[in-house]
Amino acid sequence: MTTATAPRMGFFTDSSLCIGCKACEVACKEWNQVPVDIRFLGRSYDNTGALGANNWRHVAFVEQVVDGDVRWLLNSDVCKHCTSAACLEVCPTGAIFRTEFGSVVVQQDVCNGCGYCVPACPFGVIERREGDGRAFKCTLCYDRQKGGLEPACSMACPTKSIQFGPLDELRRRALAREEELHARGVPEARLYGADPQDGVDGFGAFFLLLDEPSVYGLPNRPRTPTKDLRGTWGAALAAAGALAAGLAAAVLGTRR
Amino acid sequence: MSAARRSAVGGALPGQRTYYDTPVVATPVWKPSIALYFFAGGLAGASAGLGLAARLAGRHRLARSCVLAAVAGAALSPALLIEDLGRPERFHHMLRMFKVTSPMSVGTWILTAFGGASGMAALSEVSGRLRRLGRAAEWASAALGMPLATYTAALIANTSMPVWRRARFHLPFLFAASSAGAAGSLAAAVTPPEESAAARVLAVGGALAATAATGLMERHLGEDAEPYRSGTARRFARLAGPLALAGAATMAAGSRSRPATVAGAALVLASSLVERFAVYRAGADSARLTVR
Repeated sequence: MTTATAPRMGFFTDSSLCIGCKACEVACKEWNQVPVDIRFLGRSYDNTGALGANNWRHVAFVEQVVDGDVRWLLNSDVCKHCTSAACLEVCPTGAIFRTEFGSVVVQQDVCNGCGYCVPACPFGVIERREGDGRAFKCTLCYDRQKGGLEPACSMACPTKSIQFGPLDELRRRALAREEELHARGVPEARLYGADPQDGVDGFGAFFLLLDEPSVYGLPNRPRTPTKDLRGTWGAALAAAGALAAGLAAAVLGTRR
Repeated sequence: MSAARRSAVGGALPGQRTYYDTPVVATPVWKPSIALYFFAGGLAGASAGLGLAARLAGRHRLARSCVLAAVAGAALSPALLIEDLGRPERFHHMLRMFKVTSPMSVGTWILTAFGGASGMAALSEVSGRLRRLGRAAEWASAALGMPLATYTAALIANTSMPVWRRARFHLPFLFAASSAGAAGSLAAAVTPPEESAAARVLAVGGALAATAATGLMERHLGEDAEPYRSGTARRFARLAGPLALAGAATMAAGSRSRPATVAGAALVLASSLVERFAVYRAGADSARLTVR
């Protein structure tokens, strides 16, 4: 899927290093001029809630009671820049495209707000911005990458929980980190989205998590809907044929 | 996770397994005009097909009703679709490309071509001129009308909304049956009885087939059919079956009576419309099935 002009770039978000400071959220909003819509959710230190048109990074705060102690799970969620990206495949205008860095970006001068990408995304990442009408999501800081800079969120991350770089290198680094954590007695450490054989053919932005993905609000087994499109089109064509047969039968059956 | 466990103290949730029960997928932003389009587009497509069949069988008054129904649906449909866009003034961006991976893109082209063909057919029918071109246009609109009635099912099935996605082999047949019932009903209601037998048969058959398809779909979905049985989809889903059966029975029993035909047609049309709203609402509500 990546073009030959540049190696595919991506994020490795290592949640075991996240301290929940939300510098990534702030840096993203500052750089990309993403509108602020703060709601007090009153359930944890997370008042962002979920990814959407106005939240391109979202720090999840999970509090679990384990053996009488509270365990904090923190993870900075972001668009996965899927190898098989549902949003891109269903976009009827071609507004969503694959950049030379392998990221998935919405061209705002083309998007007409049809809304198909919104329910297509298996992660609920992309949404239509209210009052604007177009779809928005993380661009992997396409403009900064064009200028040779790293994305705003990874640059702002004080603990290197968010790492930016060529995807191959990030995957190697992530595997080493997973092994290291296992050796240090953290058997629950697992990579999420690092496998190119998964339901979206691998993430361009993948994660190291300390529990099941669903605990962080992520699908355990994401799948791009278009992977089943051949069967879906087949059913639609068969139904069209059945309709034609039904119409013909109604007319032929009532011959005088 | 159970409600009892969820209501535990403050933020410290013992063994929290979901993210505060937030759905993983986003809820579609499509307005009710989209459900209305599913109905109008399906009605237009099936009408075009019935019109051609009637023409070939020499039932020209039935064909006339169908050709006019097709063009009416074709004229209404783009308005309903453009109304739903976040940026309506950019509707023509839909025509920048043709993408098989996007049923919306394929459907845009089908609807555009159908609009031209059904418009030409209606023009010829009403004016009585350009007969040969009119006939060719009837063939084209009938051929395009079949996928026009079913691609919308492929469109919603090709998303991450559980009740749409998991019903991808059922929805197209439900939409086809619903379209047939609606087209037959409208044609039966506006065509003189001596020529409308085929339309009545189609209305009854379509209504029964749609009811059967709905039942099969919900059985296939199993526990995941829950969005059809609660919330906003419930009142639509509960109405569709009884309306269809009442309409079919009225039409079948009163096939010689004009008032009975019109009443039955109205019931079947209403069931088709209500069924589309049930599917539309249940799809959006099914986001909540993805909290885990």
